[in-house]
Amino acid sequence: MEKAAEMGKNRTGIDMSPAQSEEMLRGGQEFTGSQDYSRTAEAADIETPDMVAIDTQYIQESDPVGSVPMPGTLRGVLKTGKKKAGGHNAEVFLNKLGERLAYERSGVRLYESVITKCEAADDLHPAGPVTVEELRHIRDEEAEHFLMLKEAMVALGADPTAQTPDADVSGVAAMGMQQVLNDPRTTMSQCLEVLLSIELTDNAAWELLIMLAEGLKADDLVEQFQQALTQEEEHVQRIRSWYEEMMMPEGGGRKKVKH
Amino acid sequence: MAIKLFDNKGTRLDQQKFTWKDLVQKPISKLDDDAFTRVRVILMNGIEQQANRFQHLCSQMNGELRKPLAQVRRVEHHQQTMINWLLSGDHSPIETTIGYEQVAIEVTAAVAQQEPDEYLAQVYRFGLLEDFDHMYRYSALLDRVEGKDANNILQSYTDIIPGRPTIVEHRHPLDDLRDHYDRATAEPISKMNALTIMSGEYQTRDYYMNIGPTFADPVARLLYAEIASIEEQHVTQYGSIIDPNETMLEKWLLYEANEAYNYYSCMESETNARIKAIWERFLDYELGHLNLVMELFKKHEKRDPAEILPETLPDPIPYQSQREFVRETLRDEVDLSAAGPTFVDKSEESDATRAYRKHINSEGSPSEAVAENYLWHPGTELSRKAADKAA
Repeated sequence: MEKAAEMGKNRTGIDMSPAQSEEMLRGGQEFTGSQDYSRTAEAADIETPDMVAIDTQYIQESDPVGSVPMPGTLRGVLKTGKKKAGGHNAEVFLNKLGERLAYERSGVRLYESVITKCEAADDLHPAGPVTVEELRHIRDEEAEHFLMLKEAMVALGADPTAQTPDADVSGVAAMGMQQVLNDPRTTMSQCLEVLLSIELTDNAAWELLIMLAEGLKADDLVEQFQQALTQEEEHVQRIRSWYEEMMMPEGGGRKKVKH
Repeated sequence: MAIKLFDNKGTRLDQQKFTWKDLVQKPISKLDDDAFTRVRVILMNGIEQQANRFQHLCSQMNGELRKPLAQVRRVEHHQQTMINWLLSGDHSPIETTIGYEQVAIEVTAAVAQQEPDEYLAQVYRFGLLEDFDHMYRYSALLDRVEGKDANNILQSYTDIIPGRPTIVEHRHPLDDLRDHYDRATAEPISKMNALTIMSGEYQTRDYYMNIGPTFADPVARLLYAEIASIEEQHVTQYGSIIDPNETMLEKWLLYEANEAYNYYSCMESETNARIKAIWERFLDYELGHLNLVMELFKKHEKRDPAEILPETLPDPIPYQSQREFVRETLRDEVDLSAAGPTFVDKSEESDATRAYRKHINSEGSPSEAVAENYLWHPGTELSRKAADKAA
């Protein structure tokens, strides 16, 4: 069994120190006995907005994280799209292309970290059904998707080296994921759960990108994206199957996927 | 085990070496290690950080000492690295913050009780109640932003209840200055206590200043800005109890002795054998530094280090829950404030402090907003609300 799943001396819960925890609750009652315990007299003298009011004010005053980079020359469907509906479609499409490109590029790195973990597997750090070969296969497909998107952006006159707003935000969302995948202490199953989240999001994102390309009548791109989506669907199935197999080694879980 | 300072040479400086692998060891477990192991790790990071900072400043003000300072400082830097890197990557910044405040509460409370000078003990109790309130505010933030229970970090050793409200902790800079101890008459332990607590508070200020802007959440950004400001006040307070008439080498001696004292305290209480070995190793390193500085002291000041240092290290700082002492202090001293170096009832605060506070809080108080109606409950306040609903 994986080391992390064993019972041990976890000290975080109150059951580890019942008397002390009881005392904490008693202290809470003694020192916060009144209804208005958290409001000081000083606070009553000033107008202190609550958390929601503060958040609301900052939301309303805020600027976006940044802008979609303006292509030097619009080509192909972007040129046509720009003329339609005030050019909104072209901006959304560029933003999302940039996001997918960044996501697939990061995906390559994330898979590489799991490949290392898989290669380092031993009795105490088992990789279960996961194989380096299959991980490399997925990693290579992520790299192909990245390159395909790069070429698509260049063909449209966009700069594939720029970071679009949605690429930026998606990178922020992935910060915790890369922490888990790169932590030497995390188990293969913990990594698989993260990979599953990544792949499920990736699938939905490719579906959206296909819809956007269809809207712009970019038929050649639709075809390429469709192919990428098919591969991503295989990734989801593969990762989910491994994950369930590791969680339920006695043969539970979904039907095994053949690759 | 008493540690004698004058016949214990420690590890020679040229034997104090590290590799990168040595510096980056397996971290402690957030889940399984005792909370006091994390408390010691955080405090010792602060002790080393301050030693490094002090030695840099000395170097900028004294050409003669530059070479020995550079040599000792490199080791202090790597000691800090090894210690700080013991914190594991699964601590969120707010969880680490909870650890920092646990240090501020438990270590300050322990020091306040062993401090022989009544005025200095009062200074520690004064700061203690303010950090105690920060714990309450940050616990509310952790619960309300990340949906987590601060007690997972505290392990029931430290209370999560309001202290002296952060909103009233803001004072005019001149009301943060205290009287300093007298270098000629103060006990060595008083001088070392001042360095320990100032170092802890200084690293807390720096930590909040570094991580504050990494939050996206506006309330978190505001709260870190507000509490970092109090930590700045605390550094002013604790820095001002140190006698400014001490010579540079006198101070350096005290810094090294205090580092040794703190490693000794950690070693005596550590429950994780692997970490205990680090404390033992670094105690010997610090004794090595101390011996080197003693020689410099004799050479440059033509004085006996025994004029400054105790023969043996004082009793170790206890690392255990100070719940009862903190509560007693809270009951008796929550309404204290300061007017210059004097502690007074809040009704006697200076006009300068009142004006400063009124203005800085005039567009709202982050610490009040974050903790509005917050009451700690095991498993977060959502558990309490669910229980209340069911009842």
